[in-house]
Amino acid sequence: MMTSNSLVYLIALPLAGSVILLLSGRRSDKWGHLLATALSASSFFVGLYQLSLMLDRSNEQRPISQKLFEWISVGTFKIDAGLLLDQLSICFVLLITGVGTLIHIYSISYMAHDPDRRRFFAFLNLFIASMLLLVLGDSYLNLYVGWEGVGLASYLLIGFWNQKPAYATASKKAFVMNRIGDMGLSFAIMIAFATMGTVSFTGVKAAAEHTSTAALTGIGIMLLVAATGKSAQFPLQAWLGDAMAGPTPVSALIHAATMVTAGVYLITRSNFIFDAAPTAQLLVVIVGAITLMFGALIGTAKDDIKKALAASTMSQIGYMILGAGLGPVGYAFAIMHLLTHGFFKAGMFLGAGSVMHGMNDEVNMRKYGALRKFMPITFVTFGLGYLAILGVPPFAGFYSKDMIIETAFNAGGIKGIILGSVTLLGAGITAFYMTRVMVLTFAGTSRWDEEAHPHESPWLMWLPMAILALGSVTSGYLLSNGDALVNWLSPLFEDHGEHEELLSPMLVSAMALTMVAIGVAFALIKYLLNEVDTEAPSKVSIFTKIARQDLMQDRFNEAVFMRPSQALTEVLVKTDEAVIDGAVRGVGRAALGSGASLRRIQSGFVRSYAMLILIGAVALVAAIWVVTQ
Amino acid sequence: MNAANYLYLSALLFTIGAVGVVVRRNAIVVFMCVELMLNAANLSFVTFSRINGDLNGQVIAFFTMVVAACEVVVGLAIIVTIYRSRRSASVDDASLLKR
Repeated sequence: MMTSNSLVYLIALPLAGSVILLLSGRRSDKWGHLLATALSASSFFVGLYQLSLMLDRSNEQRPISQKLFEWISVGTFKIDAGLLLDQLSICFVLLITGVGTLIHIYSISYMAHDPDRRRFFAFLNLFIASMLLLVLGDSYLNLYVGWEGVGLASYLLIGFWNQKPAYATASKKAFVMNRIGDMGLSFAIMIAFATMGTVSFTGVKAAAEHTSTAALTGIGIMLLVAATGKSAQFPLQAWLGDAMAGPTPVSALIHAATMVTAGVYLITRSNFIFDAAPTAQLLVVIVGAITLMFGALIGTAKDDIKKALAASTMSQIGYMILGAGLGPVGYAFAIMHLLTHGFFKAGMFLGAGSVMHGMNDEVNMRKYGALRKFMPITFVTFGLGYLAILGVPPFAGFYSKDMIIETAFNAGGIKGIILGSVTLLGAGITAFYMTRVMVLTFAGTSRWDEEAHPHESPWLMWLPMAILALGSVTSGYLLSNGDALVNWLSPLFEDHGEHEELLSPMLVSAMALTMVAIGVAFALIKYLLNEVDTEAPSKVSIFTKIARQDLMQDRFNEAVFMRPSQALTEVLVKTDEAVIDGAVRGVGRAALGSGASLRRIQSGFVRSYAMLILIGAVALVAAIWVVTQ
Repeated sequence: MNAANYLYLSALLFTIGAVGVVVRRNAIVVFMCVELMLNAANLSFVTFSRINGDLNGQVIAFFTMVVAACEVVVGLAIIVTIYRSRRSASVDDASLLKR
């Protein structure tokens, strides 16, 4: 493998930005955001340069590595801190830095009036740097460092406005739920080390062939747990909705370019483990399928525009996880959907931020309406993202999502039918709730509060949105034209021969488009032709109520995990007080009590002491006599 | 003469001394009873020395006498001091540490 000395700059640039901004304090208030944006952009250009170099090399020569330093060296156990840039990580590098930079630019204007803008940009840079370390690390342990860094940065950003207790709680929730996933990753690393003696990607890949299926399944399941935490998949999905507490650019960053994509990356990167562990792979598919329906159903009931988009992220990541769980045929499509999703979801989140910016930070879609006349650019860019997520040809989602649906059907047998139906149904529901968002926000009649004066956002905000919208339109075609991405990634995945096509791509597209049309039609009838209340109707079916409460995810967690844990804690506290403290205090009390009663012997009369000595001496002599007889 | 008789006498003297220590209040008397017990022990040592035909018992008797002499010096000094400060030689009165 070739080596290079310039990989470290990808990470070092944004990391330096966050360090400078955090250490220099208020002095950098004036130029901090510009520096952070410039460093993020320069990291993007380093990535582009690496891509151009990579394109010039042949397939086998493309991955390059860089050893940073010897990290751990204990006996035969050695781990170097090293970076690895291959066909997979370059996709992520460009997505993270590219979309990340656009979000930086957007935030300059969006956060202009926030007194802590400099700190915000420092955290953004930290986020980008951690995510880059995550995708560039050449071993699971290096990945883990970035993984934790992302968790930290997301905690800092979600709780950026932590003066509001609810927001601080949301960041804590995200952090704690992520910790559960992190445990999974550390267990996976431990199992890998115990069974294979190595944790580097190349080492594990080579060792996977001689490792028992049981161990690989264990690693796979633990990696899946890790992925569900970071990627907000079932059953660790509950933090995502609350993560909307952060400023809107953060939501865009978490949902499009970083954080939630980490799980997909982890599973795709560990393809050699999942391919050899069918049980773990099946679990991946199941988790993906459940989450994509879960997210879609939540999305239909949310009135908060950001939470509706968050639910849609959950659902779309579900598609990716499902795709990644389908094995070698699915990895490339999962990555493709991840890239196109990066464009349209970031664009839509920034659009939502733009709408909020113009509507006094109102997030309730029932108080929007008819905004297309007042925010034409936001309307167009959001609309293009909307068409992309629906999968309308020729927009990006059409290429990526249809490929996943098709691959799901082609899995064959009952599995293929179930997965295919789920993905199809998910597409229909997606169409419904995204149309709902679109109609409630931009169409219909105005239902604003009186003090609202909607206006278009400044160019610093709509320019990134426009660029992302351009990506939403073109990225799907560019990535799938001539199977560009599939061929690009193919050296990484071991594909075993041809796959039979059970359904023709045309048929799948037709079915998907039919579902989408039905979903759109439902939404149009319900929200465009009928009056929309500014208050959410209270007389609704039980299903709507459940969906509004995120399908009871919080109550479930509370009832199943929180309350029993609290009860356990109480029992342990009581046990501690009664048994441990009781023993300690009991020893003290026994000493005091025996002292108090023995004290009476000390009468102060010498003669009684003499008597006791005499009795003692006689007893001693008698004892000796008895023993020696 | 039977050596056992010396042991009986020794036991008798020791008992008298022990009872005296326990029942008498006057410090001087208690003190003399202690001496009595020491000398009863001395008598036993000497008797056993005689029975066994070696000189160890005799030597120990000398040691005991030395210890007893020292004890008399220190003990009488204490008794006199107590008597001077409290106008009483009763051992029951000497309970300052308790009160």
